[in-house]
Amino acid sequence: MHAVLVMILQRLGLGVVTLFVVSVGIFGATELLPGDLASTLLGQSATPETLAALRTQLGLDQPAPLRYWAWATGVVQGDFGVSLATRRPIADMLAMRLGNTVFLALYAAALAVPLALILGILTALWRNSLFDRVANAGALSAISFPEFFVAYILIFILAQSGVFPSMVRLSPNMGLGDKLYVTFLPALTLTLVVTAHMMRMTRAAIINLMASPYIEMARLKGLSPLRIVLRHALPNALAPIIKVVALNLAYLITGVVVVEVVFVYPGLGQLMVDSVAKRDIAVVQAIALIFASAYVLLNLSADVLSTLTNPRMMRRK
Amino acid sequence: MTGEVLLQIQDLHVEGRAGEEWLPILRGIDLTLHRGEVLGVIGESGAGKSTLGLAAMGFARDGCRISGGDIRFDGIDLRKTPELGRRALRGRRIAYVAQSAAASFNPAHKLIDQYCEVPLLTGMARSTAEAEAVTLYRKMQLPNPEEIGFRYPHQVSGGQLQRAMTAMAMACHPDLIIFDEPTTALDVTTQIEVLAAIRDIVRDYDTAAIYITHDLAVVAQMADRIKILLRGQEVEEAETRAMLAAPKAEYTKSLWAVRSFARPEQPTPTGQPLVSVQAIRAGYGKVDILQDVSFDIHAGRTVAVVGESGSGKSTVARVITGLLPPRDGQVLLDGVALPQDYRARPRALLRQCQMIYQMADTALNPKLSLRDLIGRPAQMYLGLQGRALEARVRELLALIELEPDSYIDRLPQELSGGQKQRIGIARALAAEPRLIICDEVTSALDQIVQEGILRLLDKLQRELGLAYLFITHDLATVRAIADDVVVMQHGKVVEQGPKPEVFAPPHAPYTDLLLSSVPEMTPDWLTGLLARRHGKA
Repeated sequence: MHAVLVMILQRLGLGVVTLFVVSVGIFGATELLPGDLASTLLGQSATPETLAALRTQLGLDQPAPLRYWAWATGVVQGDFGVSLATRRPIADMLAMRLGNTVFLALYAAALAVPLALILGILTALWRNSLFDRVANAGALSAISFPEFFVAYILIFILAQSGVFPSMVRLSPNMGLGDKLYVTFLPALTLTLVVTAHMMRMTRAAIINLMASPYIEMARLKGLSPLRIVLRHALPNALAPIIKVVALNLAYLITGVVVVEVVFVYPGLGQLMVDSVAKRDIAVVQAIALIFASAYVLLNLSADVLSTLTNPRMMRRK
Repeated sequence: MTGEVLLQIQDLHVEGRAGEEWLPILRGIDLTLHRGEVLGVIGESGAGKSTLGLAAMGFARDGCRISGGDIRFDGIDLRKTPELGRRALRGRRIAYVAQSAAASFNPAHKLIDQYCEVPLLTGMARSTAEAEAVTLYRKMQLPNPEEIGFRYPHQVSGGQLQRAMTAMAMACHPDLIIFDEPTTALDVTTQIEVLAAIRDIVRDYDTAAIYITHDLAVVAQMADRIKILLRGQEVEEAETRAMLAAPKAEYTKSLWAVRSFARPEQPTPTGQPLVSVQAIRAGYGKVDILQDVSFDIHAGRTVAVVGESGSGKSTVARVITGLLPPRDGQVLLDGVALPQDYRARPRALLRQCQMIYQMADTALNPKLSLRDLIGRPAQMYLGLQGRALEARVRELLALIELEPDSYIDRLPQELSGGQKQRIGIARALAAEPRLIICDEVTSALDQIVQEGILRLLDKLQRELGLAYLFITHDLATVRAIADDVVVMQHGKVVEQGPKPEVFAPPHAPYTDLLLSSVPEMTPDWLTGLLARRHGKA
């Protein structure tokens, strides 16, 4: 276990370094934009004197490294600064949105991951059968349509008839059941979008192993095909499967802007798009950093989990 | 044998798919096996040995099919029985031991879990199964039988895994076990222990066995009868002693004669050695693989480096070629120290020493024609161009006994294993080197093909005055071609000198162990050897 702890700490350290590089990138990119915060706030009619005064007030006359330092130390303490558009603290604005985004991502993952694994295992078990072809064609069609198209088709089928609401209205004191009900359509849309990738990786990882000598050995021990796939192939195929699941979870957190917009879901993606439109740079920076952290954390968990599934990494000679 | 017939195969045909066609692998094989009898099946690679072994379980690999004939196991027609019925026999009444136990154990599960899998399915209690596993591990002379099952395959050595796999095959006390080259991947000294353990357990449990191998001397120890296969057909079958004493078919006689090649003794060398390896210490990471390794190679002579896997044989080659700079010591060429790293050696020096590899398959670029494969070193080292290059490639092809006109434009995939190894030789020769390092160059080849390669290397040496450094674990090869022998163990030189001296007693203890472990072609060799060793101990 000791070696694993060391590995987790190493990866965490590397993750911090990655986030530092990303934060410098985000900060640098906003520095490259024409104009600065002061001119944005005051508009085109501002006099040079008022601009200079506001710059001093906001600390914008200081050199970039100092301003980065001030921003970064704030972020580490949970203080993302104040939104330019609403004048509210960004941290407060993000808290509820982040919760909504994570809820939707987990909901979609809870539907998509088991579905993808089961379909992947079954298509590997019955490869080249009719079931395999139908499942593959279905998954590929779902991933090939644009997300908004899938969303509108679902609205057409399931919301027009009044079974599910087409717009998500969340209120703070909603029960879990109601929440799951009103967010069902966006979750289903995301499920259809991410299942194909995970399913096909599961299928490929298992089939890739089916030619191994230890699988032939299992067949010659007279084991049933299902047992061979579940007990002999799957444990050795877990590492690539975990990696692709983590990648898709990260996508569910960061890449769902279109779906949020279609269903008017109050998540981070929509906030980001709104903030870009309003040139609310401070909010965009904060969200970009959160997305980067999600990627780093999920990839870290994937690395650790795939190590845990591999006895060769866990127990040396 | 007078026992009741257990397995009866008649006129068996198996085909393998090649693109759109089905090509025959087995063409009308008959086989009869009685209870408790051991049948040895011998043949070169591609003869259909493994296919026959698997067919005895009613099994055909993906891309193969049993296309005709009759397989009866204990009265059950395996071809007419549905798959479910055949599955019920496998692992329970017919078990299989694969060639590479390291690859055939599932890396994700402990040995004992893999052992218990089939017994548990038959309704045995876990505790009973585990207790029997320990008994069998002990019978197979595994160290720490109570504990070893709780390790993962990667924590156990190859020889131990092979024994654990035999124990696993024994789990349900099967009537028949198929052994498919169970000792081929092992070192000679390890092979002895595994052979003895397998022979004893098969005898104790009165299990019938089909023992598949390409090694005649091994099968002579194990089998009651021997069947010889060639290209999917039977050549002959007889009781082991009768077969060894008087083989009938020409092919069988040629198998027996393979090891007859021997290089005439060379005069003792004088003067400065071509290459002198001096007090080398080298390794990877924190570990030293080689410690204080020194030996000389004289022009026109063959130095064989022998030892088990892990003894540091190949590391020596990497140090001489400059792929692995040593930590201490030096390599002299004509008395002058070579730069330690190959990147620091000018082309004129690099040219002097060329390599031939074990796996000709992976050592040749599959996309290049033989013209380019052989031509490139001639172009790079000697600056040959155009017609001169073409003429040289043709000359080299003729030298390795391949007809230039029909071979020069072929790709490696259009060649047999032996021919590919010849191309490896031609490529090394193209640089006009003075030393060629041969790293297990015959290990992947059948015996008859091996002999052809050895004869070719010998002819080239006499014509061109080459020196060879021959790395091998096969002592028969050493006997055939070496002038000098360096015996290595754990990265150190245990013994070295001219072949007649090293091979004549008194030996260093390790040399003695190595030499006495090479199977001999008499049925009583294993029994005699074990009796002698235990008598001493």
